[in-house]
Amino acid sequence: MTTTQPQFSDAAMALVQKIIKRYPEGRQKSALLPVLHVAQAEFGGWLSPGTMDYVASILDLKPIEVYEVASFYTMYNLRPVGKCLLEVCRTGPCMLRGSDDIIEYLENKLGIKDGETTADGMFTLKTVECLASCGTAPMMQVGDHYIENLTCEKLDDILSDLAERTSK
Amino acid sequence: MTMGKKLLLKDIDVPGIKSFEVYRRQGGYAAVEKALKTMTPDQVIDEVKKSGLRGRGGAGFPTGMKWSFLDRKSDKPRYLICNADESEPGTFKDRYLMEFIPHALIEGMIVSSYALGAKTSYIYMRGEFRWIFPILEQAIEEARAAGFLGQNILGSGYSLELYVHPGAGAYICGEETAQIESLEGKRGNPRNKPPFPAVVGLYGCPTVVNNVESIAAVPHIINMGGDEYTKIGVGKSTGTKLISASGHINKPGVYEIELGLPVEEFIYSDEYCGGIWKGRKLKAVIAGGSSVPILPADLILKTTKGEPRLMSYESLADGGFQTGTMLGSGGFIVMDETACIVRNLWTFARFYHHESCGQCSPCREGTGWMEKVLHRIEHGHGHMHDIDLLVNVAKNIEGNTICPLGDAAAWPVASAIRHFREEFEYHVKYPEKVKDRNHFEKEPFISERKLSVAEV
Repeated sequence: MTTTQPQFSDAAMALVQKIIKRYPEGRQKSALLPVLHVAQAEFGGWLSPGTMDYVASILDLKPIEVYEVASFYTMYNLRPVGKCLLEVCRTGPCMLRGSDDIIEYLENKLGIKDGETTADGMFTLKTVECLASCGTAPMMQVGDHYIENLTCEKLDDILSDLAERTSK
Repeated sequence: MTMGKKLLLKDIDVPGIKSFEVYRRQGGYAAVEKALKTMTPDQVIDEVKKSGLRGRGGAGFPTGMKWSFLDRKSDKPRYLICNADESEPGTFKDRYLMEFIPHALIEGMIVSSYALGAKTSYIYMRGEFRWIFPILEQAIEEARAAGFLGQNILGSGYSLELYVHPGAGAYICGEETAQIESLEGKRGNPRNKPPFPAVVGLYGCPTVVNNVESIAAVPHIINMGGDEYTKIGVGKSTGTKLISASGHINKPGVYEIELGLPVEEFIYSDEYCGGIWKGRKLKAVIAGGSSVPILPADLILKTTKGEPRLMSYESLADGGFQTGTMLGSGGFIVMDETACIVRNLWTFARFYHHESCGQCSPCREGTGWMEKVLHRIEHGHGHMHDIDLLVNVAKNIEGNTICPLGDAAAWPVASAIRHFREEFEYHVKYPEKVKDRNHFEKEPFISERKLSVAEV
């Protein structure tokens, strides 16, 4: 299998260089977490082994230093995800206000279980632990945003909005 | 009913308070001027010591004392890290502060960095708060443009660079040594202490890690003076505290209280939680984030001495872990009479299992076992001996790990069984009933012990 080496766009590379400068000289490893976020956004919402190797080469790290970090933190996806990643909180405060119903509704509506992606590649459903949004529970994170005070009634509109925006 | 003193959120409703201009007009950055132009770093530290400010992240350790541990003899650079990795279930106050009044944190960072002699400081923010990054970065740029950051601030000769660093989804990185590891680009495995970060921290240099709310309190202390700050609050619980209120209440949200407010007033007053939702009764409260002991309604409202329980470090801890709890991070989770203590506890056990870094076997294995056993009790497959097994596992985690995550996982289990053992027994006795996850909503839990006493 041949894989093409990933390459940051000029804008992403400029951002990476700016990030590296936040840390003292020789401490570019500190940039690993933020640069992995940039890489994940740049290369399809997940970190392939090729992407991680590329990040290692930019930061002058051994590939294992990147793998061990990428596998530790939950925000890094080590497998492909749908265009819209629905991360639904299910810890105590959200559970008390009905997150179980939200998850069940989404599973039925989308025909997938926790961790799966719809056949059209649009939605991935993932249950997550506390996102610090307990006062507006139940809630989910979609990309850069929190969608809060969820009800099953609201979910139909939210899903069609997300699908529409993502397709554009 | 008196409105308590407000400091951190006093201007939260002022239109445009997110911007430098409005924040400044409201008196913002006066503490930077006062500190850098009229005070030495040691004088700033003294005022914070005098104020009695205690760490607002959860541990409650005196901030001024923590600062005084910083190794000043070292010729290495010193660092201040702001812990903005808010992840304790039930807690969302730092997020609120950063999102809606970001300059409060930036101002606090400048004054605190000056006091500690840090030339570079980092705000370690939880990665999920993606939309807050541009808010803080803009605030930093505005402060820099106005001469409050960068080289030679206000002509004082003091220079500071301030950066925001994202985490990537790991509760453990709220622990200060794990946070330092993470900021160095590694897995968030907590370090053995000693050495403490004050001596060997970021890049092996002297480092202080403080919570967002602690740092945001510093400008107020500098403006009014440490002695004046101690007049707010009660006893050794000085000042104000942000409380994140969630669960079965009418008005969930972030409230700034003056420490010493009666718990009952906080729950039932319309100024705060506005009472229990749906006209139901209060069953239990977790007062300081998921890791502190849960208390049943009677014990959260009154101590065993019959005194009203107050929102303060001392009053909430009255009775120790037998009948008391902790103020913790101020994550105040309220449960009404239909809540299932077992189900809630299972979600917490699952949380801690998910978040254990895996370094120490008591925590790595113990949290997994607690989750499994609680899962089977909650889903109608439990045995009576499982209840004592849980107590045993919790006991074997507590105190046997490098960092406090093990304790944080053990305390909720031990306290839930201490105060609500009958509910665990009910789950074992009536497996068919508890298979419906809304079991107590359909048929509220009634104590059989109390019933049998009444019948006699």
